[in-house]
Amino acid sequence: MEFLNSILIKPFQDMVAAPDFLLQVLWEGLVAGVLYALIALGFVLIYKSSRIFNFAQGIMVVFAALTLVGLHEKGVPALLAVPLTLVVMFLLAVAIERVVLRPLVNQPDIILFMATIGITLFLVGFGELIFGGENKVMITEQLGIPTGSLTFEPFGGFVSIEQKDLTAVIGAVVLVAVLLVFLNKSKMGRAIRALGDDHQAALSVGISLSTIWILVWFIAGIIALATGIVWGARAGVSFALEVIAYKALPVLMLGGLESVLGAIIGGLAIGILEKLFEIYWGQPLMGGNTETWFAFVFALIVLLFRPQGLFGERIIERV
Amino acid sequence: MNAQPEHTAIVAARDDGIAPGELLMDVRNVSLRFGGVKAITDISFNVRKGEIRAIIGPNGAGKTSMLNVINGFYTPQEGTITFRGVERRAMKPHHAVRQGIARTFQNVALFKGMSTLDNIMTGRSVKMNRGLGWQMLWHGPALREEIEHREKVEEIIDFLEIQHIRRTPVGKLPYGLQKRVELGRALAMEPSLLLLDEPMAGMNLEEKEDMSRFILDVNRQRGTTICLIEHDMGVVMDLSDRVVVLDYGKKIADGVPDEVKSNQQVIDAYLGVAH
Amino acid sequence: MLYRTASQFKTSYHADHALFPVRQDAWLLGIILIFAYAIIPMTASEFTFNALLIPVLIYALAALGLNILTGYAGQLSLGTGAFMGVGAYACFKIITAFPDLNIVVAIALSGFFSAAVGVAFGLPSLRIKGFYLAITTLAAQFFLVWLFEKWGWLYNYSSSGAIQVPNIEMFGIIVAGPNASSVTQYYFVLAVVTAVTWLAINITRGRIGRIWKSVRDMDIAAELVGINLMKAKLSAFAISSYIVGVAGALFVFLWRGAAEPNLFDIPLSFRVLFIAIIGGLGSILGNYLGAILIVALPVVLGTLPGMLGIPIQSATVEHLNVMIVGATIILFLIVEPHGLARFWQIIREKLIMWPFPH
Repeated sequence: MEFLNSILIKPFQDMVAAPDFLLQVLWEGLVAGVLYALIALGFVLIYKSSRIFNFAQGIMVVFAALTLVGLHEKGVPALLAVPLTLVVMFLLAVAIERVVLRPLVNQPDIILFMATIGITLFLVGFGELIFGGENKVMITEQLGIPTGSLTFEPFGGFVSIEQKDLTAVIGAVVLVAVLLVFLNKSKMGRAIRALGDDHQAALSVGISLSTIWILVWFIAGIIALATGIVWGARAGVSFALEVIAYKALPVLMLGGLESVLGAIIGGLAIGILEKLFEIYWGQPLMGGNTETWFAFVFALIVLLFRPQGLFGERIIERV
Repeated sequence: MNAQPEHTAIVAARDDGIAPGELLMDVRNVSLRFGGVKAITDISFNVRKGEIRAIIGPNGAGKTSMLNVINGFYTPQEGTITFRGVERRAMKPHHAVRQGIARTFQNVALFKGMSTLDNIMTGRSVKMNRGLGWQMLWHGPALREEIEHREKVEEIIDFLEIQHIRRTPVGKLPYGLQKRVELGRALAMEPSLLLLDEPMAGMNLEEKEDMSRFILDVNRQRGTTICLIEHDMGVVMDLSDRVVVLDYGKKIADGVPDEVKSNQQVIDAYLGVAH
Repeated sequence: MLYRTASQFKTSYHADHALFPVRQDAWLLGIILIFAYAIIPMTASEFTFNALLIPVLIYALAALGLNILTGYAGQLSLGTGAFMGVGAYACFKIITAFPDLNIVVAIALSGFFSAAVGVAFGLPSLRIKGFYLAITTLAAQFFLVWLFEKWGWLYNYSSSGAIQVPNIEMFGIIVAGPNASSVTQYYFVLAVVTAVTWLAINITRGRIGRIWKSVRDMDIAAELVGINLMKAKLSAFAISSYIVGVAGALFVFLWRGAAEPNLFDIPLSFRVLFIAIIGGLGSILGNYLGAILIVALPVVLGTLPGMLGIPIQSATVEHLNVMIVGATIILFLIVEPHGLARFWQIIREKLIMWPFPH
């Protein structure tokens, strides 16, 4: 009885008793969720356009952030380092297309997936070789991102919002909006979506596969840089971030591999839920640090009931 | 499982206690929907022991869906199927196999990474039952069982004249041979009812003749009841004892080939367009 | 000429079902076994045992376990490291609870624990397929490693949170723990690995192996030829996890001597996965070839610059190593997606034909 009370009733009593703290937790969860959503978005774009499950998306975030900070350390001014990093991400996209994707076109999914794990390892080794393996500080101030915090006093309590988090959320919203407009309105964007629907058909109406791939991987690179800046500002830049980037995977399971909307909603949901679980269940009852697995287990349970994810269409199997 | 009979020239169809000409399967008022789409509407027909029964109809008429219902891959919303005198409930495909229904597929569904021999051997999986313990040791009962079934499979390989591709991974075989291997896999299950989904699609004339011969041999020498879908009207009319015609998921005719050929509705729906 | 098969006719299915229908293959295996059991132990140094021979065998065994699941049954798993951990922790609990138990029995029993956990996390495979399933295996990976850390009972509440292998005797000889000699440990591991490999070969070439392969190649068709998908998938998870668990127990008890939870973290899972892929999915031999490559590569990279007199920092070597492994994987996927085992197959076929290639 005591046990049931502690898992079923007490956490909710705690939430109601301190609504300001709950708000703070929700906000923290939301910010993390925005970042998960961004990484997942990179995955979805690449999957939609090329059927590649890009395991390297997480490491691209770290690599982009590391390049940015590394360039700045080498004396490049912050505002010049950003476009330079974008150039690096573009070159990376070209290299991946040339060296990895082109020779492997038409291979089974699992082979391409393995290749992206290969890319992941390569980037980890390459990044550490050039920029060193130690933890670095993101050049938040140099990029003009405000670092103070805003405080509110709802319910007679106290909620603190870091300005850089707020910037991150706003930045992410703008990025997603621009991306959606690009995908829906521009010729290139439509080509990407056409490719996602049917490879052969898209090719037969004259869409160049390699151009699209480079473009998509470059967009994924841009998203990676944006995510890397924001995340780096919160947690520092190192390959430890890679573990957090795995969180985009359960987001994809929830949202479906092909749904942009699913990635966003799934990301926010997982960010918020894992924070709530950690604060109200994990820390008091299970020794904490449940954020390492909560998202995966949660997604697994949801998938048991809806194998196609929350937003995927029901699959009719045929023979 | 039935006791294996002394192996004759070809593996025999299973003895299901039904005399030739009697009812083997009865499909009654079956309807199948996917969401709002009606694939099959209120279809009834039967299959008699020992006959070759054809299901024909234009593309999208619901033929393959009908086979999928018969072997338990889809569960119909309405209607009943009685097989060997037993009315069936919702079931999994592997239950249908155990009851004696085997099939081939419109788009070849072989195990591409495996050899011809292994593909046909999978058809015997249901009949093999040495457990993990014996399998691990290999020598002894597991090997004896393996060889016993290998002999049956070799008979099928001889029958289908595919000895030369025994060790070839089926992914590397030409389409016509893949179709033959698939038939071999279905035969290895020793079915009472063999479902063939367009066994001759994409074949040239010679391959079609070979396949027709195999189908007739299976039917006559083994007494296996066959239910097939085929688009080649010449083949259908020559091979089959009775034909059922579907159009837009509904049955429009049912009878011996000559009756069906002269049925005005059939001519309008299908033959008139095809010829 | 050495590989001529022309005069070797099979007169019975019995002979055709032998492990090596071609005589030369059996000789080759015999030579390898003589090397492994006699010549190598007489000549190898302490360093070779600990840095190369023992880890190659243990990693190959873990990869063999994974290969059964991924290469034979077609279910991609990213949680191998955690399942090795289950085997290791189970073995630790068994050994500490029953100190008089024979270590071979303890290791064999610990495999059942990882098999049970494997089946539990394999249940989703009945509804979830492909990449989605791969991600659910990550749930096992992260959850189990967290559990190793938080559940004090598992490591007997030791203050360090790590498990330590005590000295364990078998027939009066110390086989595990700080005082065990490398040669003894090598023989112990070699014997276990040989036995498990032989059993695994038997399973994969018979009925169960065919069922797994049919599920891998086309699960719907497998179901329609009468295969019970649930049994097929869960048996693959069980047997795979059993072998992986045994490998995990060996990993800690016969090689590392101690373990912390993060030892079983995701890099271990990936290392085993790479061995299986580079070696060749759906092959038994490949696991050994892959393990030799992945284990030896860093050792060679670590010693080569010193031998050539090039000054290079150990951190740099580490980074280069990661990079090279990544590049090797990509290279292999491009050149031969079926791995080293396929290379050997091609060479062997060429040898059979040689010197008349047509």
